[in-house]
Amino acid sequence: MQPRPVSLKILDIFSVVMLGVAAYFALVKAPTELVMGAVQRVFYFHIGTAWTALLGFLFASVLSVLYLVTKDLKWDRYQVAAIEVSLVFFLITIALGSIWARPAWNTWWTWDPRLTTAAVTELVYIAYFMLRQGLDDPDRRARFGAVYALLGGISAPITFFAIRLYRTIHPVVIAGSNPEAQGGFSMTPSMLTAMFVALFAFTVIFIDLYWNRIRLGNLQDQVEQLKLKVTM
Amino acid sequence: MFLFLQEATPDTSGYMIAGYAVAFIVMSLYVYSLYVRNRNLRQDLAALEEMDKPAPPLPAPTSQSKPSKPKARKKPKPVTKKVRK
Repeated sequence: MQPRPVSLKILDIFSVVMLGVAAYFALVKAPTELVMGAVQRVFYFHIGTAWTALLGFLFASVLSVLYLVTKDLKWDRYQVAAIEVSLVFFLITIALGSIWARPAWNTWWTWDPRLTTAAVTELVYIAYFMLRQGLDDPDRRARFGAVYALLGGISAPITFFAIRLYRTIHPVVIAGSNPEAQGGFSMTPSMLTAMFVALFAFTVIFIDLYWNRIRLGNLQDQVEQLKLKVTM
Repeated sequence: MFLFLQEATPDTSGYMIAGYAVAFIVMSLYVYSLYVRNRNLRQDLAALEEMDKPAPPLPAPTSQSKPSKPKARKKPKPVTKKVRK
């Protein structure tokens, strides 16, 4: 097992600091929205986690292609790491959205196109891990996983564009507007700053967790190799 | 102009606290799961490395060395009952 690199230790600390900074900007620096009140502040973490999770799912699709082309199990480990971290981030996105929806839409959940596509995306990637659990052969597991992740990657852009393509009550805050949206708001400069700080912070946290998860995958692989050697 | 007609901003701070609590709890649980899995794998690796080590060679038997005699055990004293006269 390789010792923990100094750069990763620095990134760990930086991630914690950035999480604190993002929370400070969201809770203190950003103004309170007049119509929705304090609950609007969950928007910064909601968008930060959504951004990184959807990018992570797309990145995993690229890694699937790399595995299918090269047949190198390294790409499979990278892909699993990307999907796992994205899944956790997307779970936070959905939970925060639901908590925001309660006072804004007067319901915890509604089968709106955006919410439905988000739920489908989360379930698709939960099923990805169930599929992997059912396969013992590492090469077969990696091949099936790569094809599945490649197809599952389609759900990420569908989720992103759902609010721009379909009639939905989900607000479009960035790059567009939705006249039918309920709970939309216009961003002030300090709100924009808090949003960009959150986007940057969650990108850093994602990279840090992703790196840690890759190391865990490598260790898992090392243990499996040694297990085979000992039992033979 | 008609801002005074607008209703007061609702108090939704409870939802905000719940949201941030969920975000921090989920992230903390994930970091903890990474730590636990890493610790368990390290333990497994250490155990497997121990099993994989080649056994140390046995010392070659020498002709001069005599097998050591087992120590003679002391005979236990017979337990007798004192008879009162």
